[in-house]
Amino acid sequence: MTDAPEKRLLEESLRIRKATSEHLQHAIDLDARITGQPKPEYWQDIFERYGSRHVDERFFLVAEPRDPSSGPEILGLIVGEVRGWEFGSEPCGWVFAVSVDPDYRQQGIGEALFQALCEKFREIGITTVRTMVRRQDPLHMSFFRSEGMMAGPYIQMELNLEDE
Amino acid sequence: MQQSSRIAIYALIELASNPDRQLSAAEIGEKYRISAHHLAKVLMTLGRAGLVKATRGVGGGYSFIGNAKRLNLLDVISLFEDTSMGCKLADPSTATAEEWALFDISKEIKEISMSTYASITIATMLKQIERRKKAAAAKNKIGAA
Repeated sequence: MTDAPEKRLLEESLRIRKATSEHLQHAIDLDARITGQPKPEYWQDIFERYGSRHVDERFFLVAEPRDPSSGPEILGLIVGEVRGWEFGSEPCGWVFAVSVDPDYRQQGIGEALFQALCEKFREIGITTVRTMVRRQDPLHMSFFRSEGMMAGPYIQMELNLEDE
Repeated sequence: MQQSSRIAIYALIELASNPDRQLSAAEIGEKYRISAHHLAKVLMTLGRAGLVKATRGVGGGYSFIGNAKRLNLLDVISLFEDTSMGCKLADPSTATAEEWALFDISKEIKEISMSTYASITIATMLKQIERRKKAAAAKNKIGAA
């Protein structure tokens, strides 16, 4: 495959690890840059819940350059957890946030983060990973598809309470 | 999905997975059991869209010149059929609540189909095919043991 040299380069230059308090501000900044909407309280809450409590089933991972002088503090992040028994669902891994610095996309960073999270899930016996993305969000839809995700046995539904 | 769209996707997959050589229409047609006439028409449309290049002469054939990581299935399907989300009710101004209700459901299904096609690139299809082949090989290995 033509992707192989790119991946080798990436493995040498990337480090993926659990987020620590020193990553929090960088995560807030990265998200604000991508979404145009700073959400410090949200990320503080995510970090407290996923970075420091029940960490055996909750994962907040960041990708950083091995050589700190070669790029920003964090290149991307991913957050996931084990969820189970919602309408009969066996416990499965849920991915609910993934972001890569726009200047460093198309280099396999998102894939490396996703694979690292899947490995964390595998280590604790989880065999299925799920997520939920907007239909009109081609960036995330395409990303998860390229990682092999397909429509699962559940369907997302909603009700507009103002119409009732 | 219409026949032409399906043929176009097979042809693009075949060409994109063989970037180092040119394939004849006969080779592609034989593999997917497609008539040469229909395939030629589809390849012409793909050529006009800047996705394939035809080279004449000895050793000539078709090659993929698009971006496999960018080109998605909806882009391809849109070359052959109407993928718009426009209202298909005969006369929306006189449509009944029953007709609108059925229309809402059809629209929901179509939106899911379209966004699914739009999220799958040719590169993703190639990865998916590799996964399928690996799974089939693993299954055969178990069966042979």
